[in-house]
Amino acid sequence: MAELEGIYTIWLREMKRFVRYRSRILTSVVTPLLWLVIFGTGLGSAIRFGNVPGGYQAFIYPGIIGQTILFTSIFSGVSVIIDRQYGFLKEILVAPITRPSIVFGKAIGIGTTAVIQGVILLILSFVVGVQMTPLIFIACTLLMIPISVGLAGVGLLIASFTDSMEGFNLIMSFVVLPMFLLSGALFPVSGLPMLLQSAVYLDPLTYGVDALRQIILGTGVIPLHISITVIMVFAAVMVFLSAYMFSKREQELM
Amino acid sequence: MINNKIPETQLFYYQIVSLEGISMDYIIETHNITKKYDDFTAVDSVNLKVPRNSVYGVLGPNGAGKTTLISMLCTILRPTSGGATVNGYDVVKNAREVRASIGIVFQSRALDDILTGREHLEMHASLYGVPSNIRQERIDEVLNLIALGEKADEYTKTYSGGMKRRLEIGRGLVHHPKVLFLDEPTLGLDPQTRENIWEYITKLNQEEDITVLMTTHYMEEADQLCDEVAIINQGQIIKSDSPINLKRELKADTITVKVDKPELFTEKVKTLDYVQKVFGDDSTIKLMVERGENLVPPLVNFANQNGVMVESIELQHPNLEDVFISYTGTKITEGR
Repeated sequence: MAELEGIYTIWLREMKRFVRYRSRILTSVVTPLLWLVIFGTGLGSAIRFGNVPGGYQAFIYPGIIGQTILFTSIFSGVSVIIDRQYGFLKEILVAPITRPSIVFGKAIGIGTTAVIQGVILLILSFVVGVQMTPLIFIACTLLMIPISVGLAGVGLLIASFTDSMEGFNLIMSFVVLPMFLLSGALFPVSGLPMLLQSAVYLDPLTYGVDALRQIILGTGVIPLHISITVIMVFAAVMVFLSAYMFSKREQELM
Repeated sequence: MINNKIPETQLFYYQIVSLEGISMDYIIETHNITKKYDDFTAVDSVNLKVPRNSVYGVLGPNGAGKTTLISMLCTILRPTSGGATVNGYDVVKNAREVRASIGIVFQSRALDDILTGREHLEMHASLYGVPSNIRQERIDEVLNLIALGEKADEYTKTYSGGMKRRLEIGRGLVHHPKVLFLDEPTLGLDPQTRENIWEYITKLNQEEDITVLMTTHYMEEADQLCDEVAIINQGQIIKSDSPINLKRELKADTITVKVDKPELFTEKVKTLDYVQKVFGDDSTIKLMVERGENLVPPLVNFANQNGVMVESIELQHPNLEDVFISYTGTKITEGR
């Protein structure tokens, strides 16, 4: 019971921070819209993209949802480093609750904020002219949960190893951007050179984007049940791994 | 001088300590607790006994190992060797029970600037498992104590340094801990706020069933607040006792006398066996004595008997700074 209460408390703080940093909510909606409207229209009119109804703009729509979740989740996870620098992490870590509860609370909290942003994008589907039915809406929302929680786990895992925000650019260059670009958010992943193809399939976000695309547009390259399984396993592994690392590196984190 | 004002309650306390001696109840005990970083020993075989319901000070210069010591007692750091019990629980084996028994105020700020004061207390209460039916009551009680007023419902980023400190101390109390750890509680605060915090700690110790263990490098702070002080330097406890005993042990009170015939008085006063040393210039003469408070009347009488007029007489006890210098050979501010 006490552990559940602890998880809830950590989750609640994430929610409060999310609601109070209004600029963050605004950017989290504006940035994907810029991608969809400018990049989508621009590249869409330069290339012939016949295999998806709605064209290139519609094709990247699930990819951009994936991108929003990716950036929000990883950076919120990594923001534990800021908590650490402000000393607030200490206050949480000296509380008599288990380390996994802290990580679960964090991951669920971050996951919730990322899903909220994804849902806002689902509501904005009319911008790119994609048909949105209640069923698609619910299916996508459910699918976004493990994607968000798993990526939050990645962020938390990185945070457990990193001392300061100086590593921020490294995380951007070596984790976030490769995950985004390799996920097939912006281009079809079939028919790529062998090496690139393998990298694409190693990226967990590929499965998330492909599953979203199948649900929203009905086209994809990976069977849906495989994608969903990979995402669930990925989420579970990442959360448990970061819970383990927080327990193990407790001393260094405080 | 601050150290002339020893509250009666505190004096009474010393008597109890000296009477009961070994039967004292210690809430914190350490056994050769040691923390090493590679070849640097931050805390070196420290044995500390903190009596229940006391205000105990760990006094030392920056880098002496105060924070490392307190961090081990708070379960933040694991000792390299040796051990400690807090409220009867082992800090390594029963870390969780220790955490539930203590409140901590860190040296550096540990607040979330986008939460309100009240929310900090609510969050703390639920993390420490304060039952929900009494939670509100506890929070109101603490808010009342730390007197945040209407600021309680504003974001902490709008708080002054003193308010932030009070909130942190209050937060440490929400779950009614047995021990409150304060790591440099008044560091970086202005004198006015510092005095408020001191008053607050004293009041807390008198009104609640709580032991306060604090670190500080401010001599007056340790002197005014602490029932007992452990002087730490380079990771080792050099001496621990009540501030008054520590100072008394130096046997170095100074009596400053102003007289109309200084030469004559200097010559005469040297013959007194309770005067250890005499030095002075012109009309001001300084006498080094032991337990100076008892010697003022006899000195005045002595002067009168020798036909010397005493214009003024002043007694100065040594302060903890003098104690520190006598044990370490350096000023506390000059520590590593």
